[in-house]
Amino acid sequence: MSPLVAGLVQVGVLVAALAAAYRPLGDHMARVFEAKSHSKLEKAVYRFARIDPDGEQKWSTYAYGVLGFSFVGIVFLYVIQRLQSLLPFDFGRGNVPSGMAFNTAISFVTNTNWQSYVPEAVMGHAVQMIGLTVQNFVSAAVGLAVAVALIRGFVRHQTDRLGNFWVDLVRGTFRILLPLSFVFAIVLIALGVTMSLKSGVDVDGQAIVNAPVASQEAIKELGTNGGGVLNANSAHPFENPNEWTNLLEIFLLLVIPVALTRTFGQLVKQNKQGYVLLGVMATIWTAMLAVIWGAEASGLRPWEGKELRFGIAGSAIFANATTGTSTGAVNSLHDSYTGLGGGGALLNMLFGEMTPGGVGTGIYSILVMAIIAMFLAGLMVGRTPEYLGKKLGRKEVTAAAVSILAMPTVLLIGAGITAILPSTQGALNNPGSHGLSEILYAYASASNNNGSAFGGITVTSDWFQSSLGLCMLFGRFIPIVAVLALAGSLAAQKKVPVTAGTLPTTGPLFASLLTGAIVLVAALTFVPALALGPIAEALQ
Amino acid sequence: MITRAHLKDAVPDAFRKFDPRHQLRNPVMFVVWAGSVLVTVFAVTDPSVFTVSVALWLWFTVLFANLAEAVAEGRGKAQAASLRKTKKDAVARLVNGDVVAGTELKIGDLVVVEAGEIIPGDGDVVEGIATVDESAITGESAPVIRESGGDRSAVTGGTTVLSDRIVVRITTKPGESFVDRMIALVEGAERQKTPNEIALTILLSTLTIIFLLAVVALQPFAIYSGGEQSVIVLTALVVCLIPTTIGALLSAIGIAGMDRLVQRNVLATSGKAVEAAGDIDTLLLDKTGTITWGNRRATEFIAVGATSTETLVAAARLASLADETPEGRSILELAGGEPATHHEKTGEFVPFTAQTRMSGIDLDGRSIRKGAASAFELSDTAREIVDEISAQGGTPLVVAENATVLGIIRLSDVVKPGMKERFAELRAMGIRTVMVTGDNPLTAKAIAEEAGVDDFLAEAKPEDKMALIRQEQEGGRLVAMTGDGTNDAPALAQADVGVAMNTGTSAAKEAGNMVDLDSDPTKLIEIVEIGKQLLITRGALTTFSVANDLAKYFAILPAMFAAIYPALNKLNIMHLATPQSAILSAVIFNAVIIVALIPLALKGVRYRPASASALLRRNLLIYGLGGVVTPFAGIWLIDLLVRLIPGIG
Repeated sequence: MSPLVAGLVQVGVLVAALAAAYRPLGDHMARVFEAKSHSKLEKAVYRFARIDPDGEQKWSTYAYGVLGFSFVGIVFLYVIQRLQSLLPFDFGRGNVPSGMAFNTAISFVTNTNWQSYVPEAVMGHAVQMIGLTVQNFVSAAVGLAVAVALIRGFVRHQTDRLGNFWVDLVRGTFRILLPLSFVFAIVLIALGVTMSLKSGVDVDGQAIVNAPVASQEAIKELGTNGGGVLNANSAHPFENPNEWTNLLEIFLLLVIPVALTRTFGQLVKQNKQGYVLLGVMATIWTAMLAVIWGAEASGLRPWEGKELRFGIAGSAIFANATTGTSTGAVNSLHDSYTGLGGGGALLNMLFGEMTPGGVGTGIYSILVMAIIAMFLAGLMVGRTPEYLGKKLGRKEVTAAAVSILAMPTVLLIGAGITAILPSTQGALNNPGSHGLSEILYAYASASNNNGSAFGGITVTSDWFQSSLGLCMLFGRFIPIVAVLALAGSLAAQKKVPVTAGTLPTTGPLFASLLTGAIVLVAALTFVPALALGPIAEALQ
Repeated sequence: MITRAHLKDAVPDAFRKFDPRHQLRNPVMFVVWAGSVLVTVFAVTDPSVFTVSVALWLWFTVLFANLAEAVAEGRGKAQAASLRKTKKDAVARLVNGDVVAGTELKIGDLVVVEAGEIIPGDGDVVEGIATVDESAITGESAPVIRESGGDRSAVTGGTTVLSDRIVVRITTKPGESFVDRMIALVEGAERQKTPNEIALTILLSTLTIIFLLAVVALQPFAIYSGGEQSVIVLTALVVCLIPTTIGALLSAIGIAGMDRLVQRNVLATSGKAVEAAGDIDTLLLDKTGTITWGNRRATEFIAVGATSTETLVAAARLASLADETPEGRSILELAGGEPATHHEKTGEFVPFTAQTRMSGIDLDGRSIRKGAASAFELSDTAREIVDEISAQGGTPLVVAENATVLGIIRLSDVVKPGMKERFAELRAMGIRTVMVTGDNPLTAKAIAEEAGVDDFLAEAKPEDKMALIRQEQEGGRLVAMTGDGTNDAPALAQADVGVAMNTGTSAAKEAGNMVDLDSDPTKLIEIVEIGKQLLITRGALTTFSVANDLAKYFAILPAMFAAIYPALNKLNIMHLATPQSAILSAVIFNAVIIVALIPLALKGVRYRPASASALLRRNLLIYGLGGVVTPFAGIWLIDLLVRLIPGIG
């Protein structure tokens, strides 16, 4: 089989698997967040945490819940890293330095999973299991909760209640992420991923590091987290031993963001509204895959930085999926990609992570973009703009604008300062345009809560640890608060009836409009910076 | 559209608007203003052909934006000036004999106005009837009748009584009168940003922030890459990228939209109402006067028994010769419209009375009468025809000669021509029309079908109208209606867009948020179109403005960085001569396009009723795709000229 055919077969299998999972998973998630009753386990949790599961919250209370929960998560993660030597399974790896602990705590709570540390040298199994893995679940569940709250804003009218954050968080974890992760961890083990509480094994005098990989690998992909238990991440044979696990991992990191468009369609009681979003996501994703794959297959040294067992297609699909979903797991070294291929991965993040984006974040980000697109389109058809029966006025546009502004702002400030810091030259492996790509990539990855590393840049200095940490923090929570405020103002509105004058949002016209808006916003914002990085590199 | 006189007045205004306090109201243009100041400082300290040219053209950008606004305001000012002339210093004669200045009247004062005098303030006629010349306000030269009681009692200050004497109760304070409001409105003095305009301004500010950031962050990247940029180049880039085209024209579009209403003799109390008009989902239209002609008209002659139709027509004509009522005239018209001959004028005309319920003529011994069916002895056939006409909502008039019934004239509501097409257009725009009438449901249904309205409300009382509006609004729909009577006032106030007829009562005019000086109820349809056109113009120019940026990147980025990365010259697809000429050409294009689009902003983009998708597709194609292509051509052309300047090319 030629590499092209092999790659196309992989894409075909992937699409078929996603299509098969689309309806059952999407419908299941819709039912989870609509259900009226609580399971025994959930009731116990609510009793323990003193939560009234039937008490609904205003958007502000919901937002306080998200922020409070995440803040506590950051503090907890920071503390256990700093006190690692007191915990079991630390294998003498000692306490994590403060800058690194700060960065890592934020990184995992914000669903970024940017790793400025070498896991097998720094983190023991206890921090991995009770700290990082827990956040892999709950940070994804927070994303789901915020997405559901926004969808409720469209569905509900004349109310200030958006549901209960704690209930949405618990349900997302218990009814969606935990069961799926459990099943797929077993499948991964069956396919050869390792699972061990030992620090490693000694093979002919050589120490081979090991860890409880499979249990974390499943949620690493499913929750679009991406933080590897081992430094080589999904390029490591223990995390990703063969082409089957490779394909499964790609499937896992796409499946929830993709199926959420179905959930959205179910909740707004019009599946077509979800399909059109999926169509937009798929169009951009496929186009970017063609760019990355094409660039890599025709590069000067196509195999540089790639694992032989995955091939060029297997690496390009993974790279496209991981940067398109804000996952950040990697199975190849993006730094070694061509100017165009690496630029493609970077651009995927600069789209604002909505193709299809992270768990929850993807759907809420694309909905925000749809609001901006529909605002302009609404004006062009001569009516006060509306989307899904809600008018888009001052409040809605302001919230959407804040949500969209956050990422470019922190990204450009962070990367801009870094570019002129004297210490930066020492942290880069490459000078010139490629070096700038490395800087841009790092800040794009942090600000978009992707977490994938381009590589080629040493990020352990206090400047990188703190600036990237803050990028992750603001890149995550400013949009979340804005999205919840948006949900609040949408839910408070009456429903605008659909008439012949309403602009339909299910057809190809809307799809092209939204696609255009996503591409245009990213292009207009980042073209100047990209011109000096990947564009200059690719044109040479 | 824009005359030389307009420009003459507008240019000084445009210069006055350089005041930073004025610029602050518009975030996009304020950035351009600040950029111009910054570049000027650099151009003064380090003068070169390039820096001075960029500084000049940045100031031109601000000037052109000011000019757009000034021209739009200027047209209003001209109208305001002619209105002010009507505000002559009228003297008011109170009923008790006191004479006070018109400016000292209080609400509730009773003033006497006689022929030849100017009515000193807005009010209602409480005594008498008079003909009034309202041309100062409506532009309509034919005098109108104003009388106490009923729906024609409102008079406007500044109009002139032509005959008779009336007593007027003053209803507004001096300074808040109709004419005052009108002046304020057309001058734009009280212009507040409308909801959609505010939302759009937020979006434009967001874009401005994004581009500011992108360019500010570019400098460190440029330094890193070894190609530090001058403040002048960076400022030029910012100004080219931020949405200056729409930013510069935004307020002109709003002013011009109100202006278009005024030109159609409609006064809106706020821009918000104009915008709401574009959103209307349901239109309530009174049947009489709006959908049908105000009066019933003869539509058919039905002969009875042995009578031929010709005989009936001739008799009906004779019986109506002296009938001055609209119905009578319509019978004459249907009968051929021949005026009375000299001989016929010798006949004795018998006027209609409530007792006889008939009118007619006695001529050559013939006694011809027409009148209500109950006034005649009818045969069974005639009775059947009469009943059938009544059942269909028409009014039967019986024609008889010497007590022999000749036949029956059918009077019925006639739907105005072209209504069906207009309602179809409205339907395409997504607007549902509801006809409101006092007729019975059967009649209403027949007319509704004929006119092509979507729904009707029969035997409607004012409360029913109100209930219908509430019901529509509860479903989230926006409702528009017209009205003139005092009992329309609550419904006018409840409707999202309430257009009061100028002939109506002052209660109605107070309650509505628009007044139609022509008192033409069908104008509501035009108002809706103006509202839509206003929004479309904003959306289209925003799209155009943003789409322009692509070409500007292709012009400016290679110019900035080809020195450090020669490969970037591949992006110079317009083959602009030098970095300086490329940047200057982009800046010039950016300024000139504002002037080029002023006429469009004032006139509004063309609007034809169509489905939302069709509209969007069309506007995306023209203003989106056009916005991408135009600047490539424009910048390329400008560069051909600019490269000739020594020191640039």
